[in-house]
Amino acid sequence: MKRLQLPLKKEDIAALRAGDEVLLTGPVYTGRDAAHKRLTEAMARGEELPVDLRGQTIYYVGPAPAKPGTPIGPAGPTTSYRMDPYTPALLDAGMVAMIGKGRRTEPVREAIVRNGAVYFITIGGAAALIADSIRSKEPVCYEDLGTEAVCRLEVEDFYAIVGIDSQGNSLL
Amino acid sequence: MRELDVSVVRDAVAQLVVDANCRIGDGMMHCLERCRDQEEKPLSRSILDKIVLNDRLAEERMVAMCQDTGMAIFRVQVGQEICFTGGSLDEAIHEGTAKGYCDGYLRKSVVTDPLFDRVNTKDNTPAIIYYEMVPGDKLHITFAPKGFGSENMSCVKMLKPADGVDGVVDFVVNAVKNAGPNPCPPIVVGVGIGGTFEKCAQLSKFALMREIGSHNDDARYAALEDDLLARINALNIGPAGLGGKTTALGVHVEWFPTHIAGLPVAVNICCHAYRHGSVTL
Repeated sequence: MKRLQLPLKKEDIAALRAGDEVLLTGPVYTGRDAAHKRLTEAMARGEELPVDLRGQTIYYVGPAPAKPGTPIGPAGPTTSYRMDPYTPALLDAGMVAMIGKGRRTEPVREAIVRNGAVYFITIGGAAALIADSIRSKEPVCYEDLGTEAVCRLEVEDFYAIVGIDSQGNSLL
Repeated sequence: MRELDVSVVRDAVAQLVVDANCRIGDGMMHCLERCRDQEEKPLSRSILDKIVLNDRLAEERMVAMCQDTGMAIFRVQVGQEICFTGGSLDEAIHEGTAKGYCDGYLRKSVVTDPLFDRVNTKDNTPAIIYYEMVPGDKLHITFAPKGFGSENMSCVKMLKPADGVDGVVDFVVNAVKNAGPNPCPPIVVGVGIGGTFEKCAQLSKFALMREIGSHNDDARYAALEDDLLARINALNIGPAGLGGKTTALGVHVEWFPTHIAGLPVAVNICCHAYRHGSVTL
C-alpha cells in the first residue's frame, strides 16, 4: 500500500495505476451536487471562486453531523457520476484529484488524461470507519448548504483505491 | 375501542429512527461475515471485512453506519379498533422523524421541492408514510431509511404477459448489471411483481423491509428469489464494484394480482447498509 502526501505532486499522480491501494494524508476539500453547481456557475460567470482548488483533491461527501468531541460524523463517499457534468471544468481549472465511488463518464476520463489527474474510489457505506481517518473539518464556503457545504478536511492514512489513473486506465 | 395517545407514537418513532440507522442487526452481520469468508479475491474480502468493521463501530458508538441516513420510509399498519388521542397520527410520525434525525446526529437529506428551490428542510421531514388498515387494536410501524445512491439505480417496467418468467429475470438482472458499482454493492434487491404501475413499486419497497435471507411464502416465488440471487452473483460486480462473488446479499420478491393485459415489475435496490426496524404499540 502506497502512502501519499496531499496536495498530490504531479510525479506522484503519474506513478499511480488503476487498482493501486493508497493511504492519503493531508488536506482534502468536500463538495457534492449543490457545491459543484455553484462552483461551475461562478466559473461560467468569470467570478473568482471562494475556494482555490488548484492542485487540490475534492472528496464527494456530505457528512452526518459530528457527535460532541469528534471532528466529523460518519463520512463515506457519495456516487460520483452525479458530479460528472461539472467535473471536466473543475479539472481544466486545476483540480487534480477526486475521491468518490462508482463509474465516471467518458468526458471525465478524457479530462483526467488531459490534465494528468486521478480519480480515487473509497468504500461506499463504510462511513463510520472512514470518519476515523479524518482529523479535522473547517468550513470554507457555501455554509448555507448544510451537509453540502465546502469544507477543508485534514485526513490521515485515508484508504482509497485508484479508480482511473492519469493515463485513463479504469478499474470500473 | 382502544385509546392510544399519539405522543407515544412520536417517541417510539424517534427511537426507531436512531436505532435503525446505527444498528445493522445480527441477521445482516452474520450474512456479511459469511460472504466475507466465502470471497476468494483478497481485495473483495478486505472490502467486506471493512464493511463488517464499520457496522460494528457504528453500533458500538451509536453513530450512523452510513452518512446517507436516507429519506424516512414508514409502513404503518393501523388496527381498526384504535382511537388516536392527543393529536394527529400523521403529525406524530413526522415529529418523531424530526426528533430522531436531530437528536441522533443523523444527516438531514430532504429538500423542500425537487426541481426549483431544493432547500434543505433541516429536519429530514417530510417522511414518506404508507398506511394500511388491519384488524385488531395494535399499531405496527416498520421504518426503513432509504439512501439514494441505491434508490437512484431503481426502475419500473411494464412487461407484457408473454414476457413471463424469463422477461422478469432479464429485467431484474439487467437492472443490477446497469447499476454496477454505483449503489454500493453488495446490495439487497427488492422486486415487486404485479398490481399496477405504482403498486409494483410499493411492493418492491416493502420487499426491502423483510429480514435478510427470508423467502416469499409461495414456493414458486421463493425459487425465483434463489434463481435471481444466483444469476446476480454470477455478474462479478462484487463488493464496491471491484469484482467478486458477493454482488447481492439477498433478493426479496413480493407479488400482487394484476390485470389480464399486464405484467408490471419494479426493482428497488438497497445498498449493504440494509437498515430497518419495527415496533408494535
